[in-house]
Amino acid sequence: MPTLPTPTSAYGARVRAWDWRRALSPTGNTGDAVFRAALFGCALLVLLLVGAMIAAMASNARLSLREFGFGFLTSSEWNPVSGQFGALPFIYGTIVSSLLALVISVPISLGVAVFLVEQAPRRLSRPITFLVELLAAIPSVVYGLWGIFVLAPLLRQYVEPPLQKWLGWTPFFQGTITGIGLFTGGIILAIMITPIISAVVRDVLAAVPVTQREAALALGATRWETTRVVLANGGPGIAGAIILGLGRAIGETMAVTMVIGNRAQISASLFEPSYTIASVIANEFTEATEAIYLSALVELGLILFLVTFIINAAARLLVWSVTRGTSGTARA
Amino acid sequence: MIAPRAAAPPPEQQQQQQATAQAKVSVRELNFFYGTAQALFNISLDISERLVMAFIGPSGCGKSTFLRTLNRMNDTIPGTRATGEVLIDGEDIYAPGLNVVNLRRRVGMVFQKSNPFPKSIFDNVAYGLRINRLTTNKTELQDRVRQALEDAAIWSEVKDRLKASALGLSGGQQQRLCIARALAVRPEVLLMDEPASALDPIATQKIEELIVELKKQYTIVIVTHNMQQAARVSDVTAFFWLGKLIEVNATEKMFTNPNEKLTEDYITGRFG
Repeated sequence: MPTLPTPTSAYGARVRAWDWRRALSPTGNTGDAVFRAALFGCALLVLLLVGAMIAAMASNARLSLREFGFGFLTSSEWNPVSGQFGALPFIYGTIVSSLLALVISVPISLGVAVFLVEQAPRRLSRPITFLVELLAAIPSVVYGLWGIFVLAPLLRQYVEPPLQKWLGWTPFFQGTITGIGLFTGGIILAIMITPIISAVVRDVLAAVPVTQREAALALGATRWETTRVVLANGGPGIAGAIILGLGRAIGETMAVTMVIGNRAQISASLFEPSYTIASVIANEFTEATEAIYLSALVELGLILFLVTFIINAAARLLVWSVTRGTSGTARA
Repeated sequence: MIAPRAAAPPPEQQQQQQATAQAKVSVRELNFFYGTAQALFNISLDISERLVMAFIGPSGCGKSTFLRTLNRMNDTIPGTRATGEVLIDGEDIYAPGLNVVNLRRRVGMVFQKSNPFPKSIFDNVAYGLRINRLTTNKTELQDRVRQALEDAAIWSEVKDRLKASALGLSGGQQQRLCIARALAVRPEVLLMDEPASALDPIATQKIEELIVELKKQYTIVIVTHNMQQAARVSDVTAFFWLGKLIEVNATEKMFTNPNEKLTEDYITGRFG
């Protein structure tokens, strides 16, 4: 059997069959190869972290997963004494309070951002932008304290009674007015995510090219019509900002815990106390002495993780399907 | 009115003649300021109907600023101020209480960099018709979009993909689409701010042919850095220098035998 000739380069030099530098970087440069390996390592770390978290939670939730199975998601029973655990009231409380927050916050945030970018004179828009960003950085426990001592009494006295008077015929505004409940939780969340959404949308709108505004104005567009062009340009970015706000609302713990009432129940009325996944974990983790109790709490964490993941993925898909038709890269 | 391709009379006489003739746009002693910096000094100029007027001059000489005073696009820049008069059909567009939105519908504009909206080709052209409620009839809307695309010499290239995104077009096509979008609302005056400066020679030629074609229906004012382009497409040329209008003359006269020494120096490439 003839031996294969040793491969040589165009210049006759012997070529080694495999070179780690060439495998890592097309240039075969040592520095480039190290650089690439380092970057790849950083990206890999994130993946490993997510994987490790899921694995750890799944393993710790094993007891509960085996005991309750799929029924954990559909059961409303949460009774540590009898050892019965179901997640539905917490999932409901989390999703409804977050959606309520979005419904209130998104129009206000868009209004703030549009005002700052399109209408406010510069000497006004600079300090307001700074304040908005400052609000986003306030610790949530501070929002919670303010929620208990200021917001809740305010809502109980001035907001909830008229709402019940005018909209009491719908199932959403019935029951005793206490100032503590799903409604207050949603509002405190709305207040917390408005600065975040506003700040991101402001950046998105500021990045829309001036030429787009001029194009609309030159055709006889009013300010409102020009603003609509700007919003259409920022569409994907605005959706991203909303997802970011939603993510914060879903995972928010302290402030919500302090005003939502912490009762595991599903009620159509927004005035009733409720409970979120993050709140129940924070409240009951220290008292969970039995293995099954602890395991159920960890499974709740796993569900929170999944809910966040699903909502993010769905929102991304939505953005992608809406923008697919219109966003081509401009060719010069 | 200055007859195209005819030797122009001396400036003083010419000024008088222009003033007496029916000028579409008539500018009187216009000064323009960015904050405290004055960008335009005492500009007086008449623009005749159905002719192409070109503005030439070195960078920063104020020709784009001047163009943008004609549809008050400079209003969008904070801290700007204009004094003097700009009359369109005898009406001062800087008069208090004038409807700027309405003015900009009458005075269309095409920009240096093509700026289609991230919408379909059809929706881009229909935009001006829709916001100004020029037509509510669907068939008429389609007809007018088609007409505008034909006028902008791009219909044959896009007629099969009107619903496709405008951003998928080439640079030259995008610029002609923007021209179609401006034409759709049937402006009386069309302002073009270096419309071909970002385009290759073939796309540029198409735009130039289009300008010559469009002047049959529109009054066109074009800013250009390219003096050959000014010579090719315009009937009248105005030369700006440091915010002042140095000379305005029939294009042929301007490029063969200008009245001012400064104009000659610029055109022959001695500066700028």
